[in-house]
Amino acid sequence: MTRDLRRDALDGIRDILPPAIAAIPIGLLCGALGAAKGLSPAEMALMCALVFAGGAQFAAIDLWSYPVPVATLVVSTLLINSRHILMSLSLARRSGHFTWAQRLLGYAVMADENWAMAERRAAGRELTPAYFLAMGGFFWLNWLVWGTLGAVVGAAIGDPARIGADFAFTALFIGLVVGFWRGHRSTFTIAASLVTAALVYCFAGPPWHVAAGALAGIAAAWLAAEPEEVPA
Amino acid sequence: MSVDPTVLAAILGMAAVTYLTRISGLFLAGRLRLQGRMKAAFDAAPPAVLTAVIAPMVLATGWPETAAAMIAALAATRLPLLATILVGVVAVVALRAIG
Repeated sequence: MTRDLRRDALDGIRDILPPAIAAIPIGLLCGALGAAKGLSPAEMALMCALVFAGGAQFAAIDLWSYPVPVATLVVSTLLINSRHILMSLSLARRSGHFTWAQRLLGYAVMADENWAMAERRAAGRELTPAYFLAMGGFFWLNWLVWGTLGAVVGAAIGDPARIGADFAFTALFIGLVVGFWRGHRSTFTIAASLVTAALVYCFAGPPWHVAAGALAGIAAAWLAAEPEEVPA
Repeated sequence: MSVDPTVLAAILGMAAVTYLTRISGLFLAGRLRLQGRMKAAFDAAPPAVLTAVIAPMVLATGWPETAAAMIAALAATRLPLLATILVGVVAVVALRAIG
């Protein structure tokens, strides 16, 4: 029994190791950009530990200013992480045998990468709490360590624009958006969001461009979709 | 080790909504069926938000940023994420030096 637990936990850590390594420079960058916006290492550690969502953290740091626009940051975070609803909805079918404590803890650290690994594991055999929790815990700790270290080191680097690091999250987001590409309908979404957000940014200023662009992109997807799709 | 109260409020707010999105599927499972336009709108949310966040840098900062964004988009279609970031950053540094 104990041996099974340990084997499953090690399997989880082994499966998440490549994404965890890829997250090292991303975490360092996230922390460094946060430090450039005035966040202390303690604040960055808190954000990495409690929010634990790369895309939303990069977006929040980009929108960060003083006084802190709390409502804008929360709404932006909610919109970016709304994809988690679909992800947890899908994975919930695989964790019916978990206790509620295991579910509430395991899903607290569900990110794109460990979600994908858990779905893959569940396709071949039973998803165990040991596998899911060890994987999630390891990935969470990895992000916390490198994000915090980035804030410590980043403060010493100085102005990120000097080395083009201010463009790093733009390039990162372009990479992520291309990853979400699902054919010509994505073009409508991205074009609508891009143009609307840029116009609103120029004429109304931040932070309104985020909600306006996001809603325009979502509306474009709604309009471009087939209204009568056969239920799966 | 300083934590500003407003910063703390922002982080706690971000953490709360994120946790809700992560566990919502556990409660919605078997109750919500996403299909048709509703599903398309849901699927579009992440790229729509990410695009809106970077739109000012891409379209309203200067021609080096716009050109570097196009180069990064091209790179993203054939390179992994880290390489895309590197290409974008190198491009913007080079183009800013020219501009």
